[in-house]
Amino acid sequence: MPTTVQRSSQRPLPAWPAAEAARRKGGRARRRSLVGAAYAAPTAVMVGLFFVAPLLLVVWMSVNRWPLLGAPTFNLPDNYAHIADNQLVGSAVWFTLKYTVLMTVLLFSLAFGLALLVQNRRRGVGFLRTAFFLPMAVGFASASLLFLGLLSDEIGPVSDALRAIGLVDGYVSWTSGSSASALGSTMVLVLWRFAGFNMLIMLTGLQAIPVEVYEAARIDGASRWQTFRRVTLPLMRPTIALVLTLMITGSVLAFDQFWILTRGGPDNSTTSLVMVIYREAFIKLDLGSAAAISVALLAVLVVVNIVQLGVLRRRSS
Amino acid sequence: MKFVSKAGYGVTGAALAIMFLFPLLWSGWASLRTSSGFGLENYDRLFTSDNGIRPHHIVNSLTVSLLTVGGTLLVATLGGYAFGRFRFPGRDALFLLTLAILMVPYATILIALYVLLGWFGLQDSLIGLSLVLIMFQLPFSLFMMRNSFEAVPRELEESAQVDGCNSFSALLRIMLPAVRPGLITVGLFAFLASWNEFFAPLILLNSTDKFTTTLAVVNMRTASHGSIDYAALEAGVVFMAVPCLLLFAFMQRSYVRGFTSGALKG
Repeated sequence: MPTTVQRSSQRPLPAWPAAEAARRKGGRARRRSLVGAAYAAPTAVMVGLFFVAPLLLVVWMSVNRWPLLGAPTFNLPDNYAHIADNQLVGSAVWFTLKYTVLMTVLLFSLAFGLALLVQNRRRGVGFLRTAFFLPMAVGFASASLLFLGLLSDEIGPVSDALRAIGLVDGYVSWTSGSSASALGSTMVLVLWRFAGFNMLIMLTGLQAIPVEVYEAARIDGASRWQTFRRVTLPLMRPTIALVLTLMITGSVLAFDQFWILTRGGPDNSTTSLVMVIYREAFIKLDLGSAAAISVALLAVLVVVNIVQLGVLRRRSS
Repeated sequence: MKFVSKAGYGVTGAALAIMFLFPLLWSGWASLRTSSGFGLENYDRLFTSDNGIRPHHIVNSLTVSLLTVGGTLLVATLGGYAFGRFRFPGRDALFLLTLAILMVPYATILIALYVLLGWFGLQDSLIGLSLVLIMFQLPFSLFMMRNSFEAVPRELEESAQVDGCNSFSALLRIMLPAVRPGLITVGLFAFLASWNEFFAPLILLNSTDKFTTTLAVVNMRTASHGSIDYAALEAGVVFMAVPCLLLFAFMQRSYVRGFTSGALKG
């Protein structure tokens, strides 16, 4: 307390109540910040225990020989060195890249098209929005099983319909007949399931563009295409960035659709990277190797996201 | 010209709507179709065949969904209140860290979580699975609830404090009713995600009596050597989808509104 006494003796009297009020205010702010931290504590515990801890653990696992049962032993470069020898990793990386590019282009085009189709209030727009979004209410694993039946020769109508118009004959297996048809089946499934969700995000972006901007473009005599090119696209950039990030990340991490619909086949031609990780961990029972592939995948995704954010930030400023 | 574009819109819209609705309608039809017409035989096989759904699978699914929805609402409400209304040290860092969950591959942390939950004694446990699912819901839910709390006028909270409420009773009496649309959206998302989740239970649950319904239905496909019972499979798809479609139909308005107003702002 000596400092307070000294200061109060140097200052004229009226400073006293003000200092006291400030101190009490400081105390209240400190207490309020403690209360805030208390409300945030459950979040911190959840994020710490179930996100940060496993993230550190997976890095530690990747530098150990870590069998599913039994004690781990340190083996630093081995798990990473073995990634290069794993032939399945090579083909899975290539396949996942191909799938990501194809899927992102098709899904983006379809979702943007749907959003443009239903952006204005007209008759039946509510029904269309619901119809496009409804597949989202079906779980992705269920949707994969739905398409397994839909595309099957046993009970599915697709092969029958194509046979009736003479496009195919005999028994057709869409989901495991050839690598191209297996990939195609999966892409149709993902388009059906996720187009409406992405449409909804882009719809919110479209509706955030003020009507006045369109009116100004119309008064300036801009054609429909010019309006789209010069007004809609630039103003949609943040939304487009969000949607593309979601699509790319989602495709790189694809698992359910291949696990259920194609089982990675035929001949591992539709085996994605995450399927390889699962196989290393729970079929080959080698958690260390699975962790090493995971860490490598994580590093690539972080770099991609940082580059993407950097590019977008530079463009928008 | 105007007529042509109107007709073009109608035809395109109708064709697309049919293409999106057809798989759903077909699965309902196929699940009821039997060799002799229509009936519930496929559903019969779904619940009685060797690799089918058992009552305890449904109980497991409901348990996980209930724990996940409750836990997500609890953590995200308290967290959203903290992030929307208070300043405290580490606030921005914790928020960014939570959002970073979205950037990390599911598989990456699940392998470590498999080991970690074993250390906690939560291996092959529905509680362990629910805790993990709550964590995966947090980025979206916290973001949503923070925006909801930020949107509540300050005067409302201040008037409660003048009336002698502390921050917790202000939260219960004044804030919670004001952020209800956000709560409904967060809860609905948490239910849909946990009811339908496949990858996390596949990794974290080992014994078939702990399986959720999704795992059990998928198991009918993956565990069958030889021929798949497609009709029973479609019955399983319908059984899984009906609760989600019903919830969706009841809550679509608040769901879409909550989504468009909260999730994508700021």
